[in-house]
Amino acid sequence: MTNSWNDIKNTDLVLVMGGNAAEAHPCGFKWVVEAKANNGAKLIVVDPRFTRTAAVADVYAPIRPGTDIAFLSGVMRYLLGNNKIHQEYTKAYTNASYLVKPGFKFEDGLFSGFDEGRKAYVDRSGWDYEFDEQGMAKVDETLQDPRCVINLLKAHVERYTPEMVERICGTPKDKFLKICEMIGTTSTSDRTMTSMYALGWTQHTTGAQNIRSMAMIQLLLGNMGMPGGGVNALRGHSNVQGITDLALLSTSTPGYLVLPTEKETTYADYMKSRAFKPIRPGQTSFWQNYGKFFVSQQKSFFGAAATKDNDWAYDYLPKFDVGYDTLKIVDMMAAGQMNGLFCQGLNLMMAAPNKTKVQAGLSKLKWLVVIDPLETETARFWENHGEFNNVDPKAIQTEVIVLPTTTFAEDEGSATNSSRVIMWHWKAAEGPGEVRSDMEIMSDLFSRLKTAYAKDGGAFPDPILNLTWNYSNPHNPDAAEVLKEINGYAVEDVPDPADPSKLLLRAGQLLPNFGVMRDDGKTSGGCWIYTGVYTEAGNMSMRRDASDPTGKGVFPNWGFAWPANRRVLYNRASADPNGKPWSERKKYVWWNGSRWTGPDVPDYAPTVAPDKAVGPFIMNPEGTARLFARAAMPDGPFPEHYEPMDAYIANPLHPKVTTNPVVRVFAADANAFGKPDKFPIVATSYRLTEHFHYWTKNAHANAVLQPELFVEMGERLAAAKGVKDGDWVEVTSQRGSIKAKACVTKRLRPIMVDGKPCDVLGVPIHYGFIGLTRKAHPMNVLTPPVGDASVQTPEYKAFLVDVKKTTPPAQSPAVA
Amino acid sequence: MATMQSLDIRRRSASTEVPPQVRQSAIQVAKLIDVSKCIGCKACQAACLEWNDLKAPIGYTDGTYNNPTDLTPTSWTVMRFTEYEKGDDLEWLIRKDGCMHCDDPGCLKACPAPGAIVQYTNGIVDFVSENCIGCGYCVKGCPFNVPRISKVDRKAYKCTLCVDRVSVGQAPACAKACPTQAIYFGSKEDMIVHAEHRIADLKSRGFEKAGLYNPPGVGGTHVMYVLNHADKPSLYSGLPDDPRISPMVGLWKGVMKPISLAAIAFAGVFGFLHYITKGPNEVSDTDERKADDLAKGKGA
Amino acid sequence: MAVTRRQFMKVSAAGLAASSVGALGFTGAGEALAAGVRPFKLERATETRNACPYCAVACGVLIYTMGDRSKNARSEIIHIEGDPDHPVNRGTLCPRGAAALDFVRSPNRLKYPMVRKPGSDKFERISWDAAMDRIAKLMKEDRDKNFVAKNRDGVTVNRWLTTGFFGTSSQSNEAGYLTYKLVRATGILGLEDQARI
Repeated sequence: MTNSWNDIKNTDLVLVMGGNAAEAHPCGFKWVVEAKANNGAKLIVVDPRFTRTAAVADVYAPIRPGTDIAFLSGVMRYLLGNNKIHQEYTKAYTNASYLVKPGFKFEDGLFSGFDEGRKAYVDRSGWDYEFDEQGMAKVDETLQDPRCVINLLKAHVERYTPEMVERICGTPKDKFLKICEMIGTTSTSDRTMTSMYALGWTQHTTGAQNIRSMAMIQLLLGNMGMPGGGVNALRGHSNVQGITDLALLSTSTPGYLVLPTEKETTYADYMKSRAFKPIRPGQTSFWQNYGKFFVSQQKSFFGAAATKDNDWAYDYLPKFDVGYDTLKIVDMMAAGQMNGLFCQGLNLMMAAPNKTKVQAGLSKLKWLVVIDPLETETARFWENHGEFNNVDPKAIQTEVIVLPTTTFAEDEGSATNSSRVIMWHWKAAEGPGEVRSDMEIMSDLFSRLKTAYAKDGGAFPDPILNLTWNYSNPHNPDAAEVLKEINGYAVEDVPDPADPSKLLLRAGQLLPNFGVMRDDGKTSGGCWIYTGVYTEAGNMSMRRDASDPTGKGVFPNWGFAWPANRRVLYNRASADPNGKPWSERKKYVWWNGSRWTGPDVPDYAPTVAPDKAVGPFIMNPEGTARLFARAAMPDGPFPEHYEPMDAYIANPLHPKVTTNPVVRVFAADANAFGKPDKFPIVATSYRLTEHFHYWTKNAHANAVLQPELFVEMGERLAAAKGVKDGDWVEVTSQRGSIKAKACVTKRLRPIMVDGKPCDVLGVPIHYGFIGLTRKAHPMNVLTPPVGDASVQTPEYKAFLVDVKKTTPPAQSPAVA
Repeated sequence: MATMQSLDIRRRSASTEVPPQVRQSAIQVAKLIDVSKCIGCKACQAACLEWNDLKAPIGYTDGTYNNPTDLTPTSWTVMRFTEYEKGDDLEWLIRKDGCMHCDDPGCLKACPAPGAIVQYTNGIVDFVSENCIGCGYCVKGCPFNVPRISKVDRKAYKCTLCVDRVSVGQAPACAKACPTQAIYFGSKEDMIVHAEHRIADLKSRGFEKAGLYNPPGVGGTHVMYVLNHADKPSLYSGLPDDPRISPMVGLWKGVMKPISLAAIAFAGVFGFLHYITKGPNEVSDTDERKADDLAKGKGA
Repeated sequence: MAVTRRQFMKVSAAGLAASSVGALGFTGAGEALAAGVRPFKLERATETRNACPYCAVACGVLIYTMGDRSKNARSEIIHIEGDPDHPVNRGTLCPRGAAALDFVRSPNRLKYPMVRKPGSDKFERISWDAAMDRIAKLMKEDRDKNFVAKNRDGVTVNRWLTTGFFGTSSQSNEAGYLTYKLVRATGILGLEDQARI
């Protein structure tokens, strides 16, 4: 989230699209209800299904799954065409006025630089600004040049007329225009809109571009950095934000640094592309500090073994050739290219698309270690559960070791919520039986590996032997001690850069903020954005001061929000270029004549005066936000509508390029996609408020509240198939089929797509063959094994199926 | 000092005793359920199950979001979902169902077991299991069809408005849990004021018939609803438009009560002897049906 | 009006519940009250501040345990409800968080390390020591055999691709950091969590 849960109460308009906040995040959604009740806010819900969020919305509009970019591009066209943009903000704080190279083109569904053979934009050199001799981007302040970003954007979205939006999305034109009009009201300085999204936007082959589209809208409206504004990702697991920050991701390292590629053979090579020189005069370009964060991190991982002479142990890090994301790992498993796998609190059999492929992959492993507090389908993938998991254990040679872990109630430590607030939790009790915490398990494993490598040697033992694990109790470290390591400390005395005769930090002193980090090995810190969470003043994540001094929903002394305890990102943009609040009503951070002030920590150098014209988007070398993404995205600098891989229609905009042209499709999955002649119904997966992923099917009360798998279908479809509430139906996709009970509802009406009615079917994800709920076919039997072109999030939200009435599943055999 | 948790008893089933009346301190409590804020998440159901240590059986889906599908002895509150089409627009009306804590409680009036149902001075109507005889009269007496008789122990169960929480100054579990403040708990007076603000907001959003449900036929209730369509309560999964205590209760109070009270003395002795000589009663379906008929005033 | 024995029992069935004729509505209301209201079950329970384990609202919760943490009493979790101080949830919880106790006390909790041998149709209980020894051995065997020090071009890559690690985004930051350190130090590139699935 760029803003915070509490900040939502400041909004005037909530757009829930690409998510279902009331059901997935009820207690966060409370701030929407507050904004409605106390701030006069309106709520718009755009969703294929009339959800429980829609039940309390002021306006609901249906949309065909997988067509959000068409809708949002249509909104942009409306805003630009009706002068419903925040002119001054857009001009000053975005790259609207920047001139784009003549090499950039968009024709027939493809941007310039596409290589048909490699299915990639190999030449992205045109996706950039024109630069002058000093390396500064050229701009046209008058916005008249047709090569200005804003003019290219206008031309790009011109095709998304309300008629085209209706044709692609199935959203009735009058509903669409009403929503555009409501969104347009927040282009004024005293009104803001907040965008709340989740997996409904990410789980598409155009996932990242869905979110970009909304970011662009919010920039055009001047809603970024504003109270009650922002683009807010409502994240899934309780600490998915923290674990993302800490980089349990194949090509990342903590703090959004990137693991080296195999092309970057030395540290110097690696840093060559990470200089981040400003490309507009006087800009901050904060990533210029990259080296300080990287070196401090290497010191944190490898201590004294990371030296200037060995490039800070650069070779200790694995170098990647391609990304090894979930889909890739599963593909390698299924191809027999992997021997071992750990599943630590991740139920892969349920969580990855195409269950059949996952099953085959797990069966080819030599060994699988499952670390979990609960029974999972993954741990029992080899077990026969009748038609729900019809396998022969004898034929599966995988050795499976299960390690029981503690739950949240039985350990202590910090977690980072969706608002980026790091908060401590305390242990309440011991767990049952012989359960151990993840920390203890990892420490035990490390100790055994280190001992073995020290004793017997083996492949490149250096990073294992030199990994820091110098905790007071190395077998079960104190969480507070680890948080200190993440925060960072001075390895040796650090002199004050302003006056070298003085000491800035004593050796061993905890770092007060990431500003003091160094690239000379004198500081250590595991994750730069977390620096400040554990200082000499104590463990900031434990702070529990529930006061909100300004009433703006800022609780500065509750926990610690990264970065630098900042609650709303880009908040410098809440003031105009002169440092005055855009409006009294939305006053948030402003220049008081000598410094930036307000309820929040300014996202800006605190004493840099407005006349220095330093842009508010300090992470970008431009200092401005990007309506045109340059070469940052693999599938284009502007978003473009492409059909899901299970395409329901030929793309009306460019029928020859129907789907995202740069999507990665594994050879094994060449025939994995369905066509509408055989699978004429559009399906989408979703979560129910009564359940959390695949855990709560093991919790009695939740099993009571939603005991059994069902699929939702509209009355028209049900009538056509002769199906009533509670009847068993079989849902089939190109990947396989499942049985479920039918929930026939008025809430799923056929959508008119390209002039013809399109039926939508919804399938909740939560049910499997383990749990207190009724045994069910895992629904990921149906979903396609393909991901977003940018980040490989699987396309769970839009796929094609057929449905027919059937008989109940056969009783599964009793499990020993 | 005014208090919400005063637990003096105002009324007691099948009793003629006048309860203590000196203390006048009790504030009338109320739970306000604002259906316009309700997202049907069932947090209230989960909180109710957990607080009251209820292990409801795991059922099946019937193709709706109603689960459990009805109130049961172990599910004291359930969400009821109604899809309401109004022209081209759809509304998903979601109502938390459960005991309304009537100010004039039909269950209490119908109950023949002394002290099995009590009404506290703060308005909470509670079942006292120790005194319950499982006769089912409370079911008949309830205009909202709320109490349920357990097959396990033949006692009646329903929402207690978490009297054990209110008695120590805590809000009911469902109210505390509710993520969107669709359930709000406080004095009845404050809840009515709060409801007025909510109704004004709803009217500004086009719900001209928004209003408070606090039905006079049962003397008002200590569980009230803010309804978008207060002119048609029955849209909300059959919420009674004008609930009143069943005429059967009149019969009980008028004619049957003296007969029964006299008979109870005999029944006590007879029942005890019967139990020690023959063991527990096996009740035939015919007996049950006939008893029901009698209870409904049809005679046999 | 013919009244059968059963009907008689049902209509006037206070019999077995009321212990004497004197109980016919004439006992003190205070006694009934004392008998009727269940005692507040958290009165002397220990309260621990924690966070809901499910979604990333990360609501504050209060966990109530039986016992006072004295040496000879095992703390049992008896109840979980919302933390009213927490700025985001302010004491509220959703249906998942409100039932978090049923996750902690689920009959499907794993309690002991177990192994399922190749081709077997069952899990067998093993000791932690045996399990961890076996895992370390399997890891080292695979790593030593399949570690790629240099790629085809002779560039140092130091990666291990034949073993993967799915971490959980439900663990604490500290556990996640230790997991990251260990997994990366081995050279595993296939490290993921729920962040993008």
